[in-house]
Amino acid sequence: MSTTTLSHDEAHHHDAPKGWKRWLFSTNHKDIGTLYLLFALTMLFLGGASAMLIRMELFMPGIQMLDPDLYNNLVTNHALIMIFGAVMPAAAGLANWMIPMMIGAPDMALPRMNNLSFWVLPAAATMLILSFVVPFFPGGGTQINTGWTLYPPLSVQVGMSMDFLIFAVHLLGISSVLASINIIVTLLNMRAPGMSLFKMPMFCWTWLVTAFLLILVVPVLAGGVTMLLFDRHFGTSFFDAAGGGDPVLFQHLFWFFGHPEVYILLLPSIGVLSHVIPAFARKPLFGYKSMVGAMLAVATIGMVVWAHHQYTIGMSLGAVTYFMIGTILISIPVGLMIFNFIATMWRGAMTFETPMLFAVGIVLMFTFGGLSGVMLAVVPADMQYHDSMFVVAHFHYVLMPGAVFGLFAGVFYWLPKWTGHMYDEKLGKLFFWINVISFNITFFPQHFLGLAGMPRRIVDYNMIFTEFNVVSSIGAMVFGLSHLLFLYIIIKTIRGGKKAEKRAWEGAKGLEWELDSPPAFHTWTVAPQIK
Amino acid sequence: MSVKEHSGDYFIPEPSPWPIIGMASLLMTLFGGALAMNGVSIGSFLVIAGLLLFFVLLYGWFRDVIGENLSDCYNKQVDTSFRMGMFWFIASEVFFFLTFFGSLYYIRNIALPWLGGEGYLGVTNEILYNGFEAVWPSHGPGELGGDFQPMGAWGIPALNTLILLTSGATITWAHWGLKIDNQKQLVWGLIATIALGLLFVGFQAYEYGHAYSDLNLTLETGAYGSTFYMLTGFHGFHVTMGAVMLMAILGRSMKSHFSAHNHFAFEAVAWYWHFVDVVWLGLFVFVYWL
Repeated sequence: MSTTTLSHDEAHHHDAPKGWKRWLFSTNHKDIGTLYLLFALTMLFLGGASAMLIRMELFMPGIQMLDPDLYNNLVTNHALIMIFGAVMPAAAGLANWMIPMMIGAPDMALPRMNNLSFWVLPAAATMLILSFVVPFFPGGGTQINTGWTLYPPLSVQVGMSMDFLIFAVHLLGISSVLASINIIVTLLNMRAPGMSLFKMPMFCWTWLVTAFLLILVVPVLAGGVTMLLFDRHFGTSFFDAAGGGDPVLFQHLFWFFGHPEVYILLLPSIGVLSHVIPAFARKPLFGYKSMVGAMLAVATIGMVVWAHHQYTIGMSLGAVTYFMIGTILISIPVGLMIFNFIATMWRGAMTFETPMLFAVGIVLMFTFGGLSGVMLAVVPADMQYHDSMFVVAHFHYVLMPGAVFGLFAGVFYWLPKWTGHMYDEKLGKLFFWINVISFNITFFPQHFLGLAGMPRRIVDYNMIFTEFNVVSSIGAMVFGLSHLLFLYIIIKTIRGGKKAEKRAWEGAKGLEWELDSPPAFHTWTVAPQIK
Repeated sequence: MSVKEHSGDYFIPEPSPWPIIGMASLLMTLFGGALAMNGVSIGSFLVIAGLLLFFVLLYGWFRDVIGENLSDCYNKQVDTSFRMGMFWFIASEVFFFLTFFGSLYYIRNIALPWLGGEGYLGVTNEILYNGFEAVWPSHGPGELGGDFQPMGAWGIPALNTLILLTSGATITWAHWGLKIDNQKQLVWGLIATIALGLLFVGFQAYEYGHAYSDLNLTLETGAYGSTFYMLTGFHGFHVTMGAVMLMAILGRSMKSHFSAHNHFAFEAVAWYWHFVDVVWLGLFVFVYWL
C-alpha cells in the first residue's frame, strides 16, 4: 500500500450522538460494527454453552441428562448459532469497522440499511431461540431433531418449532443479503481517489468475494426453506416422491448454499491473516495478485462442488466423480494461499504477539483440516467416513482455525485501534495457548472415534468409544471456559490499559493506522489521496 | 466506476428510527405467521399488525429519503451507491427465482424419470411404484390431488405475455418523456404501465380461480401443482409489489419530483419492472409452454 497525504480535517466532524438513540438508531459504521461484534460475542457464548452440554452428555456412554430429541436440538442450535449468530456477524462487524477506514471512506455507502442489516439479526436470534423454547410448552410440538441441514422428510414432520426456525433462516438471509449489498457498493463506489481495486487492502478483497458469494447463494437457501414451509403447511410435494418430487432436491438446494457458506465463513479470516502476518513478519504480503486470483478460484469452484456433502444418497457414478474431482481441485488455490502466507513469513523479522500466534496456529491447523477434507472428498473413502465423528473433527479443524481463530486474530490486532488501549499481552498469549491446546484435545481424538466407526448426531455410543470421548469432553470443557478469559481481556482493554499509538503495531500498514486510536466518530470525511 | 468525485460531501444520514422499526415489524409478522400456521389464533392479528407497521416503515423511510433528495443532499456518488444497491438487490432476486426454476428442472428431468424407472435408480419404480410412467405434467406416483388438467399456454398466459411486454414498452415511453421533461408523457406512460400491470394480476387471479374450480389444479396437485403455483405465485407477488412501486412513482411524478437528470427512483422501479417482465418470459416458456 502506498503512503497517503493526510488531508482530513480533524475539527470538521460532529460529535457522537448521546444516549440510547446512538445505539438503536445508529448510522455510524463504527457503532454498528461494535453492535455486530457484541452480538456475535453473545452468540458465541450461547453456541458454546450448547456445545458444552453436548460434550457433557457424550462424556460417558448411555443417556445422562439429555433425551435424544433434545440432544439433537442442541446439535442443530449449536451449528446455526455458531455459523449465523457468531461467525458471520463477527466477520460483518470487522467489515463494518475496518472497510471504510481501510479504503478512506467516510462511512459505509448505505448507512441506514447498514443498521437494518444489523437489527434483523436480534430478531432472527429471537426466532431461533423460540424454536428451541417452544417445544417445552404444552402444545408446542416436537424438538427440532434434524440437525442444521433440515433435511426432509424428517423436517416436514417436526412440530411448530420448525416454522420458527424456517422464519429465523429467512431473517438471517435478509440480514446477510442487505449487509452484502452494502459492502459491495461501499467497496466499488467509496474507495479514496487513487485506490484502484488492486491497491485495495486484502481484507477488502476477501469481503468483496464473500459478499458476492452471499448474494448468489443465500437466496437459494431462502427459496429452499420456503418450499419446505409449503410442503409442511400448504400441501405441496416438492420433497415428496409420492407427488413426483424428491427429498434429495432439498439436499441439493441446501448444499448449493451450504458449501459456498464454508468459504463465506473462511474468506474474511483469510483477509485478516493477510494483514496480521505481514505486520508481524515485517514484510509485505507475498503474492498479492495470486492471493486475489486464488480467492476468486476458490469462490468459483466452491460454487459448483456442493454435492460432495451427499455422496451416499445414490447419485450416479458420473455425478459423484465430477463432484469429487471438483472438490479436490479446490485444494490447489487453497494451497496457494497457505504457500503465500508461509512465503510472507519466510526470512521475516518475526515477533509473536497474540494475533501472530493465532495466525501461525491457523496456518498449521487449517492446513490439517484441509488435508482431512481431501480424505473426505474421495468418494470410496467417504463412504466409510460419512456421518461419522471424523466429519465432525474435520469441519471443526476447518472452521475453528479457518474462521474463528482468524476472527480472534483480527480482534486482538485491531482492538488497540478500536479502544485506544493495548490489551494485556500476557493474558492474550495465555488465552491463545489454553485455547489452542484445549481445542486440539477436544477435536483430535474425534478423528480416531470417527475412523473407528462412531456415528455423529447420536446421543449414545458404544462402550468401546469411551476413552476418547472422555478426553474430548474434558478438552471441550477447558476450551469452552477459556473464552471467559477472552471476554475478560476485552473488558479489561475497553476499561483501560497502555495507551495505543496511531500505528499500534510497528509493522502495520494501511490507512486505518493513520487515524487516531481510538478513531474519531467520523473519519476520512475528506478522502485521502492515494499515490 | 473508475472515475468519481470524492469531494468529502458524501451524505451520511442522521440517526434514524426506521431500521429498528423494520426489525420490530419483521419479527411481529413472522412470529405471528409461525403461530397462525399452527392454528394459534393470535397469530393472524400479529401478522396484520406487523404488516401495518411495515407499511408505516416504508412510508416513513421513503419520506425521509425523498425529503433528502429534494433538498439536494445527494451528490453524484450517493446516486451511484443507490444504483449499485438496487442492481445487486435485483441480482439476489434473480437467484431467488433461479431456485424455483432449478427445482422445476430437477423434478422434471431428473427426479421424475427415476420414479418412472429410468437409469440406475430405475429399480425404485419396480419395487415402489410399479406401473408409474413419468410424463410431465405429473402429480406423481401417488396421484396426489386427484385427476387434473394442466394449464394451457395459449389462452390467458399468452395474452398476459403480450400485456407485460407492452407494459415494458410503455414504461420506456414514460422514461423518454422524463428525459425530455415532458411531464404529460411521463404521467400517462406510468398510468398505462400500472393499468397493464393490474390487468395482468387480474388475469392471473382469474386463471387461478379457473384452475381451482374447473381444472382441479391446486397446490396439492403433486409436483406440477407445486411448481406451477410456486413460480407463478411468487412472480405474481413481485408484479403486485412492482405495481405498488409504480404507483408511488406516479404520485411523485405528478408532484414533479423528477427531473431529466435526477430520477434514480424512477429508474430503480423501471429496472425492477423489466426484471419481473423477464422472469415472466421464463415462466411462459418453462411453466406454461414446454
